[in-house]
Amino acid sequence: MELRHVTKRYEAGAKGTPGAVNDLSLSVPAGKICVLVGPSGCGKTTTLKMVNRLIEPTSGDILIDGRAVLEEEVTTLRRRIGYVIQQTGLFPHLTIGDNVAVVPRLLGWPKERQRQRRDELLALVGLEPGAYRDRYPAQLSGGERQRVGVARALAADPPVMLMDEPFGAVDPIVRERLQNEFLRLQEELAKTILFVTHDIDEAIKMGDLVAVMQLGGMLAQFGPPDEILAHPASDFVARFVGADRALKRLSLNRVGELPLEPAVTVTPGDDTELARERVRSAPFPYLLVVDADRRPLGWLPADRIAAQGHIDPSLAISMSPLLDRETTLKDALSMMLDADVQTGIVVDRDGRVQGLLTVEAIGVALRPESNPAVLAPSAAAAAS
Amino acid sequence: MDVDWGWITDHLGALAERTGQHLYLAGIAVAIGFAISFLLAIAAIRRRVVYPPIAAVAGLVYTIPSLALFAALVSITGISIVTAEVPLILYTFVILIRNIVAGFDSVSPDVIEAADGMGYTRNQRLLRVELPLAIPLIVAGLRVASVSTIGLVTITGTLGDRFGGLGFFIFEGISRDFTTEMLFGAVPSILLALVIDLLFTRVQAAATPWTRRRAVLTPEGSEVPV
Repeated sequence: MELRHVTKRYEAGAKGTPGAVNDLSLSVPAGKICVLVGPSGCGKTTTLKMVNRLIEPTSGDILIDGRAVLEEEVTTLRRRIGYVIQQTGLFPHLTIGDNVAVVPRLLGWPKERQRQRRDELLALVGLEPGAYRDRYPAQLSGGERQRVGVARALAADPPVMLMDEPFGAVDPIVRERLQNEFLRLQEELAKTILFVTHDIDEAIKMGDLVAVMQLGGMLAQFGPPDEILAHPASDFVARFVGADRALKRLSLNRVGELPLEPAVTVTPGDDTELARERVRSAPFPYLLVVDADRRPLGWLPADRIAAQGHIDPSLAISMSPLLDRETTLKDALSMMLDADVQTGIVVDRDGRVQGLLTVEAIGVALRPESNPAVLAPSAAAAAS
Repeated sequence: MDVDWGWITDHLGALAERTGQHLYLAGIAVAIGFAISFLLAIAAIRRRVVYPPIAAVAGLVYTIPSLALFAALVSITGISIVTAEVPLILYTFVILIRNIVAGFDSVSPDVIEAADGMGYTRNQRLLRVELPLAIPLIVAGLRVASVSTIGLVTITGTLGDRFGGLGFFIFEGISRDFTTEMLFGAVPSILLALVIDLLFTRVQAAATPWTRRRAVLTPEGSEVPV
């Protein structure tokens, strides 16, 4: 999906008009989620609605799969774009099943295929078809309605989806769960998604790419969420992402993305001579005692290594948290602070030691200079 | 006040016939009135500027006294069904048009936008989304219009035998100073209005299943009726 110099102007002074958009260009690679985020009135919803032509742009081009949306018949275009709206917009007079099958019905699918697809989608979004298909929207909770909204948008398997604050009308706990479920779905579905929110945390969480917009419909910054947190392009972006942007980055990065320090290990029964030799080359005066499968047993301080004999595993102190590569840095740091240690042990799925992660390494990773790939544009911005 | 029960038993056949005539006259008026009101309401919804003049004219027509209108029409169309129906039809407009427009206005903008976004054409949206959602208010309008038309039909009895339905008994009873016959027209016409009112209440419930069985779900999933 590509937006080229898209502009939408409204008559000055007209009340209640949506935000204008000014010369907006961005492209969303296939299978990625691009989040438009900004304060209210910044034109993010206007931008979204120009893609399915609920709002016609004043100028500029919007391309989906290389085809200009303005040249397409408008109902055909809309039927091949999934649309999830704020407050769900479910049809109150249709059952949940009929709501989900709306687009297949408009496309004239055979009845049997509509039924099959309806049940398949309800199951996909976690609603048991038998229990839900004959109910009406008014009989569902907010979270359930949001799920139906997502199912309805997916009905005709559109390659492109527009989502306008799809998880806005539910409480934070349900929102978090819906976000996680949707991200899991997206891993399989790989839709190209334009997603609107006013919530920077949601933008960071959901977006492969984040477009921060500011009043007047201008694009303030466009890039991967980590880049926006690490290198806000302007004071506006820095203020918008918040003073805690370094902490936000912690939840964005995972242990596996950082270079791990090698663990210096010994196995019970190893000769203490060997152990003493190893500890001399270790970065700190501890050895990690592991079993025969390299599963960690605990730390052995250098001064407790016996003068001679063999390594005694009962002397090992276990206190470092175990992390896996998928643990977010935020959780990792939290676990280390909890355990009052500087080091976490990174293990694989079978519990075997992969390496060590230190608090210091996290600090280094969050330093903007540590990522030369994104340093250049920010340096240029700072110089100008 | 004595009621002549013997007379009543003798005239039960006539009562059935007059009730049928009453319903026929009212039915035609509401049906034609609804058809015209619907078209005018759709025009008003599509082009908002025409709504105020349509509503003003319908309101103005409603203020003309019914007897005067019948009398005026007799000079044009004579004693005919047209003379009887035209005022009845005209009086339905003010209620029906306002209710139909209000019905369509009651459809949430979110739902309209969702329909557009899903790719409904304008007519599909109107028929499959807006019309069903407007039904509660449209039927409410039909209910009031039907009941008031049933009341008005009694007045068409002034035009003579062939019109008036149950009103015929009322006028004849008055002219003969015969209370039994007056009541013989008045009581059934009141009952008729009540029955029709009840009928439309049922129709509305049947046509809007989504407004019934309203229940909210607790987080545990058990249903709590509200």
